[in-house]
Amino acid sequence: MLRDDPLVNILYIDLSSRTFEVKRRPDLFENYLGGTGVAIKLLHEECPRDCDPLSPENPIIFAVGPFTALFPLASKSVSMFKSPHTGNLGESHCGGRSAVAIRMAGYGAIVIKGTSDLPVYLSIHSGRVQFRDASSLWGMGCFSSGRIIRENEPGPGLRTIMRIGKAGETLVSYACVTTETYRHFGRMGLGAVFGSKKLKAVVISGKSAIPVVDKKQYRKIYKEIYDAAVKSPVMKKYHDLGTAENILPLNRFAGIPTRNLKEATFDKADAISGEAFAEQYLGRRLACTHCPVGCIHIAALREPYEDEAYFYKTTMISYDYEPIYALGTMLGMTNPEDFLKLMDRVEWWGMDAMTTGVVLAWATEAQERGLISEKETMGITFSWGDPISYINACRLIVEQPNEFYKALARGTEHASSLYGGDDIALSLGKNEMPGYHTGPGAHLGVLMGLRHSHLDNAGYSVDQSKLVKTQMDPEDLAETLFYEERWRQILSSLVVCFFARGIYTAERLPELLRIAGFDLNPEDIGRIGQNIYEEKYRFKTREGFSLDKLRFPKRIFETPSPIKAWDETYLRRALGHMKAVLAKSSHI
Amino acid sequence: MATRLAVLETERCVGCQSCMFACSRRQEVAGLTKSCIGVRSIGGMERGFTVIVCRACSDPPCARVCPTDALLLREGGGVRLEMKKCIGCSHCREACLIGAIQWDDTTNKPMICIHCGYCVEFCPHGVLGMRKKEVKGHAQG
Repeated sequence: MLRDDPLVNILYIDLSSRTFEVKRRPDLFENYLGGTGVAIKLLHEECPRDCDPLSPENPIIFAVGPFTALFPLASKSVSMFKSPHTGNLGESHCGGRSAVAIRMAGYGAIVIKGTSDLPVYLSIHSGRVQFRDASSLWGMGCFSSGRIIRENEPGPGLRTIMRIGKAGETLVSYACVTTETYRHFGRMGLGAVFGSKKLKAVVISGKSAIPVVDKKQYRKIYKEIYDAAVKSPVMKKYHDLGTAENILPLNRFAGIPTRNLKEATFDKADAISGEAFAEQYLGRRLACTHCPVGCIHIAALREPYEDEAYFYKTTMISYDYEPIYALGTMLGMTNPEDFLKLMDRVEWWGMDAMTTGVVLAWATEAQERGLISEKETMGITFSWGDPISYINACRLIVEQPNEFYKALARGTEHASSLYGGDDIALSLGKNEMPGYHTGPGAHLGVLMGLRHSHLDNAGYSVDQSKLVKTQMDPEDLAETLFYEERWRQILSSLVVCFFARGIYTAERLPELLRIAGFDLNPEDIGRIGQNIYEEKYRFKTREGFSLDKLRFPKRIFETPSPIKAWDETYLRRALGHMKAVLAKSSHI
Repeated sequence: MATRLAVLETERCVGCQSCMFACSRRQEVAGLTKSCIGVRSIGGMERGFTVIVCRACSDPPCARVCPTDALLLREGGGVRLEMKKCIGCSHCREACLIGAIQWDDTTNKPMICIHCGYCVEFCPHGVLGMRKKEVKGHAQG
């Protein structure tokens, strides 16, 4: 990489002593590129073994990569921390303006440690870090706190404002960090780590320059990538309807988890499809910075006040495939407005929408089965499709007035360990399942994926593209997913959006990297992907993870998926094979 | 006739800022340092964006307040910066009500849109375009 690239600057902030310093770490970026690769190395350095995720010792790490602010669709930043939700590797990616703002502020990564005695927010502009009193923001939702910081800080158009809602403050283990109102470090509970440090928000801006090797070639190849992006059919799909486009195809495929995965089709899918939202509610489309696609879809919900005629409020609410699944099909939500109202509250409190939906779905079925009663729920009768009961329950999860809501605030796995019903508790690797019941690929992918995300290795896609045509041995399936996950370590280290994976191909990368000052051939790139994967796996095993200790909720085997002929034995064989493959690696 | 950069339809802006990167890249700097364009939200993403580009005024206030005549009028509107005359006083920036004069902190000089239209090639949703303008003013540069 280039010597004068500010990417090598790592900003270290200590909230306990209210100090900061910048260290140059070319070693990390040369060997691990940036993003996920650099973040996992920093996590190994900064996170003590067996540390409590909510203690001052747990670091918050943000990292961007060499392509950030250099090439289009390199619009994501990576966070790493020890997850309060799983007790293991926490990794979550976010778009919005987060990545470009960090890079343009002159950093490749930021490490935040310690804890503050009073609520603070960090203000980071042009090489200066200020610790600002956030006492007057504490207890506020994501929208209001974002607005107030916006009005008090410089850098409009150039800044990211990462903040938590009340769920982060009360340490809900799946609280998210929200940026630019509608994008999130959603999964794994980064919001609770913020809350444990009394860190309400981080605002960052800058306007740096990035050195390149060959300016003429840079402009030429930039244009190639840009044109490929705006002309590709995938990009059109995500611009037109957004990720919500996937609701109807997944429903037709009979692979959309519904009512706590009692079923895998939703009879009212038409009402909450991407098409329905676009036609009736779509009010605006937004993009992450430096991405021409604009996949972010915002619904405009107009509601009358009941106490006065002709008096309305209009709320702008973001929707995507996964929230529609989790707070929609999973909760039997047949009315799109009910989904939007619930989504709006979840956003206000700053909870991960996916986890929240699966938690509420478990609670609903647990109550149906008599595992919990109105004594535990404090009078709430959970009912499929009833937004009021779910909105009230979210408030109680945030406030945690009794043992039951304290348990729900730690997720499905924990709540079912106390109240029973683990066969219907839909967490995989302790993380609530994503919206795919397409076949073994989907579930194996999340179980073996190192951050237990469907995007680790896209097993759901293997179900839909390969397993519909041909059977695969569990060992072959595991290796297919392993291969994909290693490749994705490269993409998330550069860092490019996974939607752009068809553009950032193995053939193109050496030339793009050359412009950023990296001299790497395809073999080198493959080796770096393997190394990053192994570093993550090494962290996970250090913290007690084992591929043969994973719990399988029985429900995933009981509800038929579109791909047949797989069972618990199939998944065990696949995971056993992975364990053997990884045991042979010299680094682990 | 001259052609000048114009905001054709602000409401179509999705806030990707590809134009801002294009502007800097056109001046051979990757990143945002040299960008003469400002795209920011109107008090929150939910309300959409304001897209700030030079309007190529025919009688530009930025030139009128320049104490050293470093901003020369162009035929068809807009100004050209004569760098060696500029003393970096930033009066021009204050005179431009729409905020279209960006500042280069490294050189302490204004950054002035030259209406080259390179950014238009990178506006994916038809926000920016080139408009023909009649030549009225007296060119100085």
